Amino acid sequence: MFGFTRQQGIAFLVMFAAVVIAPFFLYPVFLMKVLCFALFACAYNLLIGYVGLGSFGHAAFFGMGGYIAAYTAKKWGFNPEIAIITGAGAGAVLGAVFGWLSIRRQGIYFAMITLALSQMVYFFCNQAPFTGGEDGIQQVPRGNLFGLISLQSDMTMYVVVSVVFLFGFLLIHRIVHSPFGQVLKAIRENEPRATSLGYRTNDYKLIVFILSAGIAGLAGGTKSLVFGIATLTDVANAMSGEVILMTLLGGMGTIFGPVLGAIMIGSIENYLAQLGAWFAVTQGVIFVLCIMFFRRGLLGELAARLKLSL
Amino acid sequence: MSISRRALLGTAAAAGLSSHARAQAPTIKFGVLTDMSGPYQNVAGPGATIAAQMAMAEFKAAGFNVEVVSADHQNKPDVGVGIVRQWFDRDGVDVILEVANSAVTLAVQGVAKEKNKVFLASGAASSDVTGAACNANTIHWVYDTFMLAKSTGGAMVKAGGDSWFFLTADYAFGHALERDVGNFVKDAGGKVMGAVRTPFPGTTDFSAFLLQAQASGAKVLGLANAGTDTINSIKQAREFGIKMRLAGLLVFLSDVHSLGLEICQGLALTESFYWDLNPATRAFSDRFIAKAPGKRPTMVQAGTYSSALHYLKIASAMGPAQAKLDGAATVARLKATPTDDECFGKGSIRIDGRKIHPSYLFEVKKPSESKGAWDYYKLIGTTPAEDAFRPLNAGNCPLVKA
Repeated sequence: MFGFTRQQGIAFLVMFAAVVIAPFFLYPVFLMKVLCFALFACAYNLLIGYVGLGSFGHAAFFGMGGYIAAYTAKKWGFNPEIAIITGAGAGAVLGAVFGWLSIRRQGIYFAMITLALSQMVYFFCNQAPFTGGEDGIQQVPRGNLFGLISLQSDMTMYVVVSVVFLFGFLLIHRIVHSPFGQVLKAIRENEPRATSLGYRTNDYKLIVFILSAGIAGLAGGTKSLVFGIATLTDVANAMSGEVILMTLLGGMGTIFGPVLGAIMIGSIENYLAQLGAWFAVTQGVIFVLCIMFFRRGLLGELAARLKLSL
Repeated sequence: MSISRRALLGTAAAAGLSSHARAQAPTIKFGVLTDMSGPYQNVAGPGATIAAQMAMAEFKAAGFNVEVVSADHQNKPDVGVGIVRQWFDRDGVDVILEVANSAVTLAVQGVAKEKNKVFLASGAASSDVTGAACNANTIHWVYDTFMLAKSTGGAMVKAGGDSWFFLTADYAFGHALERDVGNFVKDAGGKVMGAVRTPFPGTTDFSAFLLQAQASGAKVLGLANAGTDTINSIKQAREFGIKMRLAGLLVFLSDVHSLGLEICQGLALTESFYWDLNPATRAFSDRFIAKAPGKRPTMVQAGTYSSALHYLKIASAMGPAQAKLDGAATVARLKATPTDDECFGKGSIRIDGRKIHPSYLFEVKKPSESKGAWDYYKLIGTTPAEDAFRPLNAGNCPLVKA
């Protein structure tokens, strides 16, 4: 099912078991945050790892998904599931615009266009009245799932977030291992050749860009409901950088790598908060070490050593 | 009802509480959530934790334990909310102190209400904390944008600065400051000659804007911005030899300290606490500098101390177990009791959660006037407590109508 190899199937079962067991040992709100970031990183990995398109502006989709989900849930009283889907839709629409403009160029030019567009989104969110400027949208209600189940308890919310995460993860896995995904990898390896085989590569790139942006919006929308806030942090440049780091640390182009990367960055942010000023230093040292010793990312390096495809 | 610290210590001693009994007594736990590594680390940061520990130390013998934990919110609301939820759910924290960042403060406010705990905010500037966003679990201690605008705008006109030009950071916070200060300037009989908007964030070169301000012929240049924007605009105004009086609308003692008197001299600014204001503030600051060598407390740090102290007074009067039980009920007691401490003198807390005390307009001294380290301000105007803050019914706080 879903085109898992045997090892990937085992790895998925391990991850699934971890998702189920973890809230009994670790703090659920922290885990929800990690799951949202993991989904965001997976969405980013779909673009950079499998098509080779390095976007520097993914925070725009994540943040806008968060703002739209928070706004619709708070001001229009949308049910959480509808709000999250609206957020994903907002990410996808924004992705269509970004993608349409940016896929015409490659490499550093592509990256610069996405960076410029995401900065425009940041300034828009800073000024637009509906986002609440630098205060953000605050005190967003978690609401009732399908109008029935209250999400006020962290455990119920956790179940919803893990379902969203697993859905997104499997969707990405399915995309990557479909005939469509094969074409994507062909484009990554040699675009002129894919063109010569008769594929309209720009159409493929645009579709995967929209998918990636939509899933990023899904992750952002879910996160804003978990914390009850949507703020500038999520659309800021630093967030685009963070998702790149998660993907690179975990292992670009591996299906589980970004999840591992998100767990690492999330834990650093959470457990080193007590260190005060040493927080940034520790984070920097860890990055430098990882880049020096695990060039393919933690999981990428492990998979290469064990000759597995994870 | 007023309870002095001495009387409490006396009662505790008279009750003959042994250290063994205290070990089993209930524990009040403070969580100082602040910016330890970013732009507010000198305004609040580690100094705020020290201030909370100073309040704790005064209640050592009061018959219950007090603990202080602290964390860095990195100016990210989601990180802040994550920490606060964990503190409430897992670590048994009763009171959140400080939180120097308006977005994080507004987010923490929601969590404090949801979990029915206590939140004593010090470092946030937004007047929404006691306005539309107010709730029964939050008190806003030190200052807000309305107070800064009123003091700097109104008192400055009285001190002769009657024509203004604004250098405004182009986002909601800057616009609000410009509007509020402008209104107070006009109310006091001054006039606003114009304003220029600087792109936010990311403006580092203010020269064109400063020359435009100079050309307006206004006497006062109002800096409706914050943080690095303020610091850059003050520095560049000095370098360009701008002849106007500078009025900083969000400048703290720690900013003046890092910029130096040479650059800051003549700058007008508003604070609600200055270490060298009177004998009581000096006494507090001497104890502070003993704990934090080389540092005088800022108003945010003083506010952290003052709010923690007021809470502990009430908690020991109510009984700590009772105080821990119901956050909103404890906050209602805090509001009903007048405050009195070395930093802010006698004061009170309004129903909307606004702590009331006078605000002071200072001017930064010339290097030749300064007698030593940290001798930076001279007082040029005082707004009495009852006039310093936004009128109770003007804030749209739901608690006021109820």
